[in-house]
Amino acid sequence: MTAVRASAVSKFFGDYPALRAVTLDVAPGTCLSLLGRNGAGKTTLLRILAGLSTPSEGSVELLGKPARNAESRARIGLIGHGIGVYEELSAIENLTLFARVYGLPDPRSAALEWLERTQLDRVKDSYVREFSRGMRQRLAVARAFLHDPALLLLDEPFTSLDDRAIALLQSLLAASLARGATVIMSTHQLREAMELSTHVALLVRGKLAHAGERPAEMLTDPGWLYRTYGES
Amino acid sequence: MHGFLRQTAAIAAKDLRSEIRTKESINAAVSFALVILVLFSFVLDLADPEMLRAMSGGLLWLVFAFAGALILNRSFSRELPNDCLDALVASPVSGAALFLGKAIANFTLLLIVEAVCLPAFGILYNQRWTGHLAWLAAVMLLATWGITVIGTVFSALTVNLRLRELMLPTLIYPMMIPALMAAMKLTTLLISGEAIGGEDWIWFRLLIGFDIIFTSLALALVEVVLVS
Repeated sequence: MTAVRASAVSKFFGDYPALRAVTLDVAPGTCLSLLGRNGAGKTTLLRILAGLSTPSEGSVELLGKPARNAESRARIGLIGHGIGVYEELSAIENLTLFARVYGLPDPRSAALEWLERTQLDRVKDSYVREFSRGMRQRLAVARAFLHDPALLLLDEPFTSLDDRAIALLQSLLAASLARGATVIMSTHQLREAMELSTHVALLVRGKLAHAGERPAEMLTDPGWLYRTYGES
Repeated sequence: MHGFLRQTAAIAAKDLRSEIRTKESINAAVSFALVILVLFSFVLDLADPEMLRAMSGGLLWLVFAFAGALILNRSFSRELPNDCLDALVASPVSGAALFLGKAIANFTLLLIVEAVCLPAFGILYNQRWTGHLAWLAAVMLLATWGITVIGTVFSALTVNLRLRELMLPTLIYPMMIPALMAAMKLTTLLISGEAIGGEDWIWFRLLIGFDIIFTSLALALVEVVLVS
């Protein structure tokens, strides 16, 4: 069973083709970096994989089930462009809400555990509107990892994180990969991403230009893939 | 089923907690409703109790519908900051549970507006509205649920529109006409001190039918509305 199977997925916004017949299989335990210039279709593809948008053509299976299946959604962790937490609720209220939504047996304990792991336990009762940008990002990370997801979909997860938060996210991702989870992340921060990535995929103007194992060259030269398979 | 109810309760509690903290829509809706009631008390002839009773249902339900739009507009738009709607839609919450949780929160807030407005109406217009309180409460619960269901679905439908504050009332009021007509007719009857009887039952049945049909449609279609 593949963790993610996108079959000939296309997405049109009006006449504009944001994705064109993208076919992608991702094996369980893989860390795939989804690369591409701005407007290449990375976010559109991640939104379709997360079940937030339906493809105009083609189909998506997550963990052997259709993308909008409740069982598969229960096993996905998502970090999108927004942090996905409520400003007027406290950190503990936000995480407890999502723990309930995901059906965790003891929502408050799970929330407290993740606040501690993301070093937000001292501000657990503070409202999110009082948080710094870095604290908000860490809370978003806690929300995404709260239910030990089997598949993590991350859209630019390293953006606006400080070095401590990047190290924390990398360690959480490494731990998730170690227990067999699959990670798909779109990113422009290649150095951070390449440390974890086992595979890379490159989108060019909505088309999949390359997908495969991460070339060794990318560890020392992150721009290698763009030069080799991307547009000149 | 247990999971569905747990998710519904979590969404309803979250919306009510957010509203209690910010008081964004409840303050606006209550103030707006009271101002309209006060303004109409200047316009209408308060010395004519028959005329006042005859238009009591129409006045009250137009106030509730207009004030309700302020609450319903916020229902899904409160999910926009930080892309919270994406986090919920990507979670195992079904569209139906998300809709129902939000509808319960909106229903509660609308009932609070009505609970404030009814005594104010009684004082301003010198009307005794408690004569058939149990039946009046039943009519209000049924009609308010109907307004809530329509408003919550269209709140989801218009959430990503720039002119949603304008679009929502434009779309929901025509849809609410059957429920509003029934509520106005029955409320006028009950405030006039008459019991529901004879042909008036058709309006009561209309309210029940409206709620059942539109709740079923909303539960079935809201998933399509949320994921495009």
